[in-house]
Amino acid sequence: MSFIEIKNLWQRFGEQVVFEQLNARVERGEFVTIVGASGCGKTSFLNVLLGTQRPSRGRVLVAGQPLRDEPDAERGVVFQRYSVFPHLTVVQNVLIAREFEGSPLLGRLFGARRRRALAEVAELLQAVGLAEAANKYPCELSGGMQQRLAIAKALIKKPKILLLDEPFGALDPGIRADMHALLSALWREHRLTIFMVTHDLKEAFQLGSRLWVFDKIRRDRHSPEAYGAHITYDIPIDRNSNALRRGAQQTAVAQRRKYEAVPTAAGR
Amino acid sequence: MAALATAAAIQAIAMKKLINYTPSAWARVCLGLLPFAVLLAAYIVASDIRLAQNPSDKLLPSIGSMLAAVDRMALQPSRRSGEYLLWVDTASSLSRLALGVGISAAIALVVGVLNGAVPLLRANLSPLVRAISLVPPMAILPILFIVMGLGEGAKVSLIVIGITPFLIRDLQSRTLEIPAEQKIKAQTLGASSWQLIVRILLPQLLPRLIGSVRLSLGSAWLFLIAAEAIASTEGLGYRIFLVRRYLAMDVILPYVLWITWLAFVIDWMLDRCSRRLYPWFYR
Repeated sequence: MSFIEIKNLWQRFGEQVVFEQLNARVERGEFVTIVGASGCGKTSFLNVLLGTQRPSRGRVLVAGQPLRDEPDAERGVVFQRYSVFPHLTVVQNVLIAREFEGSPLLGRLFGARRRRALAEVAELLQAVGLAEAANKYPCELSGGMQQRLAIAKALIKKPKILLLDEPFGALDPGIRADMHALLSALWREHRLTIFMVTHDLKEAFQLGSRLWVFDKIRRDRHSPEAYGAHITYDIPIDRNSNALRRGAQQTAVAQRRKYEAVPTAAGR
Repeated sequence: MAALATAAAIQAIAMKKLINYTPSAWARVCLGLLPFAVLLAAYIVASDIRLAQNPSDKLLPSIGSMLAAVDRMALQPSRRSGEYLLWVDTASSLSRLALGVGISAAIALVVGVLNGAVPLLRANLSPLVRAISLVPPMAILPILFIVMGLGEGAKVSLIVIGITPFLIRDLQSRTLEIPAEQKIKAQTLGASSWQLIVRILLPQLLPRLIGSVRLSLGSAWLFLIAAEAIASTEGLGYRIFLVRRYLAMDVILPYVLWITWLAFVIDWMLDRCSRRLYPWFYR
């Protein structure tokens, strides 16, 4: 039995079929990157995994159990924006996960329990490179640092599944390369199962251990919404092949140099 | 044609467009004070003209007689009651205002956040709030006096009835404005509905509540003065309407200025508090 089983999943809104007949098995520790044209149901699929959207037909099993149809701590998520709480500092943003589980009524920890949780948070912030910014508010952080924070928050709950919806879409190229390195390291270290939607094909090949392409196979010219997208390609990527990894690193470094050489152009 | 020619001439001399001129800090202060100075001067001139024609004119009292009135109301004990009337009026008006606005804000925070956060409650309460917000508060003032008597209760209730529906509706929409991503993220961090409200929504709504209260203060003053004018024994609104019988403009005008000043100070203090307590909201 696979870790995640997707069985004949359909999503339709009224007349419009977003995706149809999705069938797949994903093992623990796989990093699935999802690409496809806009409106192909990539985000819809992620929302189904997240539990914010009910599929019209079919189901998703995680470790043999059907998925709960509301977001919970089993599944972590990072959106393109708004994944951090603006009224809490960096530390508080991560700590709040421990406070939710330790204090049902107030949602706050005190004394020794708070100190213990803070130590754990500090370690995590160190790992994502935010130790220096611990007491800043998100509005004082750059876009890249905010996404680091969002990832740190997702990791503290040690979710079974991590869902990323174009998490680096709004970042500059140089910072993006940093984030790729960070995410790869965290993926290996925590043996995470990741689904990541992206528009960037290169990113998809670089990061994923498996690449899905969402596309419509059948088309009806008179009613374009009659058929939905399928997983048209399911490409395994050998992330452990050193040549490939070195290649990826080199491109990342090259990108970084290019970015640093023309700071004004990249800044825009 | 002449206007065009002048415009062209100005353009030729100045080179920059009008919208690109910004005043320096000093110039801004002076430009801001100028209209006040002009108004004051206009008043003094008009008052002088009227008083020259008729020394017992009451409509535009001189600055001197207004200062005398301020002295009488604020610095001398009243001959009848021995109280310093301006301060007694101010204290009772401000306490009514604070009580009314405080109660309204508390109700609005609770109902507004719950309405915004829980769709089931919103379906239940939102139409009611909307209907109540359409009732003209002044029209039910007589009902309040009948039900609650002429005491403090009726005056405070008028403020509460007057501004609470607005505050609730505003806070409800502010709650709905908080990005859905944040609510989802909180749930993936293990938050229950209650924890989500207490730790994510409520704290983010407090600065927005202060903002809404600032906007509603104008109406709150309106309802306060209206209630005081009709049934009261002290208060700023009561005093203005009392001395109106003697055409005592020398008392009314300083009182109006005083009320305006109080409104300004309250607004300014709320703004300062909000900026100090919620720095993350202002970036």
